[in-house]
Amino acid sequence: MSLQFRLASRNLFHDRLRFIATVIGIIFSIVLVTVQMGLYVGFRRMVTTMIDHSPAQLWIMPVGTKCFEDPSLLDERQRFRALAVPGVAEATPLVIGYAQWRLPQGTTTPVFVVGSELRGLGLHPWNVVEGRLDDLSVPGAVAIDQTYFERLGITGVEQTAELRDRKVQVMAVSKGIRSFTTTPYVFTDVERARSYTGTTPSKASYLLVRLASDADLWKVQQALRDSLGNVEVLTASEFRNRSRSFWLFGTGAGAALFAGALLGVIVGTVIVAQTLYSSTKDHLTEFATLRAIGSSSRYIYTVIIWQALLSAIVGFAGAAGIGKIVAAATAESALPVIMTPALTVALFMLTVTMCVGSAIAAIVKVMRIDPAMVFSR
Amino acid sequence: MTDVVLEATDLVHHLGQGAGRVQALKGVSLSLKGGELVLLMGPSGSGKTTLLSILGCLMTPDSGTVKVGGQAIAALDPEALAKLRRERIGFIFQSYHLFPTLNAEDNIRLALDVRGERARTAKLAAREVLATVGLGHKRKSFPRELSGGEQQRVAIARAIVGKTQVILADEPTGALDTANGQAIMTLLADIARDPSRAVLVVTHDPRILPFANRVVHIEDGRIVREESGGDQLKKASNA
Repeated sequence: MSLQFRLASRNLFHDRLRFIATVIGIIFSIVLVTVQMGLYVGFRRMVTTMIDHSPAQLWIMPVGTKCFEDPSLLDERQRFRALAVPGVAEATPLVIGYAQWRLPQGTTTPVFVVGSELRGLGLHPWNVVEGRLDDLSVPGAVAIDQTYFERLGITGVEQTAELRDRKVQVMAVSKGIRSFTTTPYVFTDVERARSYTGTTPSKASYLLVRLASDADLWKVQQALRDSLGNVEVLTASEFRNRSRSFWLFGTGAGAALFAGALLGVIVGTVIVAQTLYSSTKDHLTEFATLRAIGSSSRYIYTVIIWQALLSAIVGFAGAAGIGKIVAAATAESALPVIMTPALTVALFMLTVTMCVGSAIAAIVKVMRIDPAMVFSR
Repeated sequence: MTDVVLEATDLVHHLGQGAGRVQALKGVSLSLKGGELVLLMGPSGSGKTTLLSILGCLMTPDSGTVKVGGQAIAALDPEALAKLRRERIGFIFQSYHLFPTLNAEDNIRLALDVRGERARTAKLAAREVLATVGLGHKRKSFPRELSGGEQQRVAIARAIVGKTQVILADEPTGALDTANGQAIMTLLADIARDPSRAVLVVTHDPRILPFANRVVHIEDGRIVREESGGDQLKKASNA
C-alpha cells in the first residue's frame, strides 16, 4: 500500500463521523441520480416497447405522427400501393385507439386497443402465459396482460367483459406488457380493433412493412415515400427515436429527469467539496510539514485525490446497493427504474468525477500553504 | 571541519505589509561547515525563525544570497525549492510535527517517500534509523503512544534518514525535560560528527551549550556576535 494512499485513508477515516456524513451525502446524491437516470432508461424502453416487439422493418404512418400512441389515421388503400413497390414482401394494417372496457360489475375503464392481422406480420402480444395466440381468431377474443387483471375485473382466460358495448372474451394472457401511461393494452384482430375503437373500415393507424430478403432498406423506404405521397415512411429505428424524442423531450419528462439528476450531482459535489475542504483545513499543519520536508505539490494533490476517490468508491458502493434495491422494487411497475451495466459504469464514472472535482477547493487551499508555518505551530 | 554546506550572505528580509511591515533581517551572513553543530540564540522577535525559514529554503529573502551545497536558491521556483529541501535539508521542529495517523516507521518513511524511494528500501532505512535513535522496538507505535522525548527522536530520525547535508532544528529541546533534552542533543551532536553534515539548532536553552561547536547570537535582525562553544560554556559557568 502506498504511503500516500495510507495517509489519505487515515486522514479520511480518522474523523469517522465526518466520513460517515460524507458517505451518506454521496449515497443520497448518487441514489437521486441513479433513480432519475434509471427512470430515464426505463422510460426510453417503455415508450418504444410496441415498436421493439413488432417485426416490421418499415412503418408507414400519417404525416406528423409523433409517437406510437398517436391516434392519426391513414387510408388503408395505401397498403396495395405499398405492396406494388419492389422489395416489399408484406404490408399489413395496424389499428390502435382508446376504448372503454366495461367490467362484469358494470364499471368502465379506458384501454388501449392494438389490432393487427393474426397471421403473418403484425403486432401480437408476447410472453403469453395463459391461452394461445391462435385463440384470438375466435370472434370477440382479446388478449390482455395479467398486470391489469384487477383493473379489468378479470382473473384468467375465458372470462368476459365488454368493449364499446361488444362482448369480448379473454383468450390469451401475457406477462409484463405494461404501458407507461398505465392504460392497459388489449390485443385483438385488426377488424375487431376497428370496431372497438370506432375506426372506419378503410382506415388504419399504421401499415407495417416487411421487406423481401434481398431488398435494400433505404431504397425501399425512398421508393415507398415516392410512391405513396402524403404519408411518412420510417424505419423501426427512426420511429423509435421519434417516439422517444416526443415523450422524453416534447413533453418535458426527460428534462425533469435530467434536472433531478443534475440536482443530485450538485448536492453531492457540494457535500464532498465541503468535507474535503474541512478535512484539508484540519490537516493543514501536516500538509505544511509535508511541503517543508520537500514533497512536491503533486505528492500532496495525490493524497487529497486519494481521499476523494476513497469517498467516491465507498459512497458509490452504498448508492449502487440502494439503486439495485430500488430497481428490484420497481421492476413490476408501470415505469421501472432500470439499472443497465452501462448506466452503472456511467454512474461510477460520474461519482468519481464528482468527488475528484470536489477536491479542487481543497487543492486550492493546499496550494496557498506557507511551509514556513511549521515553525510557528 | 570541511566544506561549507550552507552559506547565507547579507540576507535582508521584511515581514508584514503596510504600516505593520518590519525588517526582520538586516544583512545577516552565516555559514555552516560540515561536521559542525551551531547554536543560533537570541531573544524572541530577533529574527531566528525568519532566518531558519530562509536557510531552510521555506522562504526566499528580499535580498542576499543563500547557497545550499553550493547551489544558489534565488532563481528556483517553489517546486525546485521543494526538491532541494528533500534532497539536502532535514528539519526538526519544537512541536515534532509527526503525522498522528501514521506509526513511527511510516512517519520516517515519509521523508523518503516524497523522494520517490522504493517502499522496501525506505522501510529498511526507516528501521535502521529508528534503531540508531534507540526506538527500534517502537516502530509500530503511533505518536500518541510515545513520550515527548520519543516523539522528538522519531522526528530526528525523519530528519536524518535521507542523509541530508543540513539539519535545521527549531527548539528541539524546548518541550522536553533535562534528561530527554540531553539525550536529543547527544543524538544531534553525533550527527554533526559526520564531516559531510552540519546541524543548526535554534534555541533559548543554555543547558545545551556544551554540545555546540559554535554559538551565533542574533538580535534585532542582526548577527551581534559569534563564539566557540567552549567560550560560551565558560561564560555560563562563571555567571
